Amino acid sequence: MAKNKNKGKPRNYALESGVYRFGKSATYHKKAIYKFTKKKVAKKAVAKKTVFVEKKIGGAKNGGTRMVRVQKLANDVPTKDAAAPGTSVNFFSKHKRTVRASLSAGTVAIVLAGVHKGKRVVVLKQLETGLLLVTGPFKLNGTPLRRVNQRFLLATSTKVDVSGVSVPESINDKYFARIKAEKSAKKDGEIFDAKKEGYKPSEQRKKDQAAIDTQVLAAIKKHSEGQVLRQYLKAPFALSKGQFPHTMSF
Amino acid sequence: MPFKKFVEIGRVAYIADGPCQGKIAAIVNVIDQNKVLIDGPTSGVSRQAYPLKQMHLTNLSVKFPFNASTKVVRKELEANKVDEKWADSAWCQRIKAKAVRKSMTDFDRFKLRKAKSQRNRIVTIALNGKKKALRKAGKI
Repeated sequence: MAKNKNKGKPRNYALESGVYRFGKSATYHKKAIYKFTKKKVAKKAVAKKTVFVEKKIGGAKNGGTRMVRVQKLANDVPTKDAAAPGTSVNFFSKHKRTVRASLSAGTVAIVLAGVHKGKRVVVLKQLETGLLLVTGPFKLNGTPLRRVNQRFLLATSTKVDVSGVSVPESINDKYFARIKAEKSAKKDGEIFDAKKEGYKPSEQRKKDQAAIDTQVLAAIKKHSEGQVLRQYLKAPFALSKGQFPHTMSF
Repeated sequence: MPFKKFVEIGRVAYIADGPCQGKIAAIVNVIDQNKVLIDGPTSGVSRQAYPLKQMHLTNLSVKFPFNASTKVVRKELEANKVDEKWADSAWCQRIKAKAVRKSMTDFDRFKLRKAKSQRNRIVTIALNGKKKALRKAGKI
């Protein structure tokens, strides 16, 4: 071998700019690294990763099982964003219930939508879900004890003193919840649902209605213009020609 | 059609717009084409410049020299009973009636409707009675 003139001196050195004189490939050959890389490592036995897994699926005509990838492909992006998980902070039951100041207990309000639209009703109280409990009274205009959203009520400035009217605790949102009809097993050949029966008020409802209405009617009688007020509640509200709600005061 | 109401010293005007809306005041001096100096000591209007566009002239007027002091204006307005004449005028009554009509609640409107129909019923019955009598007498 030729005498090594560079013995003791480094084979690679930094230039003034900080960059080294010889790059990776040049130093590999200069240092003859090929002479020192003969280590052979035993090949580790790699545990075979399952790519597909068999999963059970429902449906009679769907084959029973399907092969599903363990790891989704990188280009497997859903076309729709998944819904955010529900917040566990402000459930509906915890919402703050507000009511318009003009719709206090005893106010006469005009129902603006629904079966009873145009009727003048007496507001009794606000229930836990925020809906207002109103009554016709039933004898005067056929409006029963009913829940109405305050958005569908037009408050008038006429008030009846209902401080003496006691609404029992049993009359709450649960009392008014719709009763789901039991689904009877469909007979073969009957495609359409059985006839729905019309609404019939229960005896409990009739009793409660009568109890509260007698109190409300007594309160109306005590009012300074009680007789006219009765006629007022009986008559439905309507707009006539030239009347515009935004120019009228109620 | 000649003009009957003029912008002159002493003309009483009804203020239709602006901060003094609804009150009457007398014109004390003319500032320029659009503004006048008004004063209404008996009706709660302080002496101030006011745009003519926001005033409606009434048919009432009093006599005092231009730039008369508030004391003099007050004396003349009281001597001529301007406030009473204004309150008795049909114009003022109409304004008051409009305000009442606008402030009617739904209950008031209902009572008015019932009262009107009751009154009309009385009138119709009386009228029909008279018509019947005249027809019977062969007069119509």
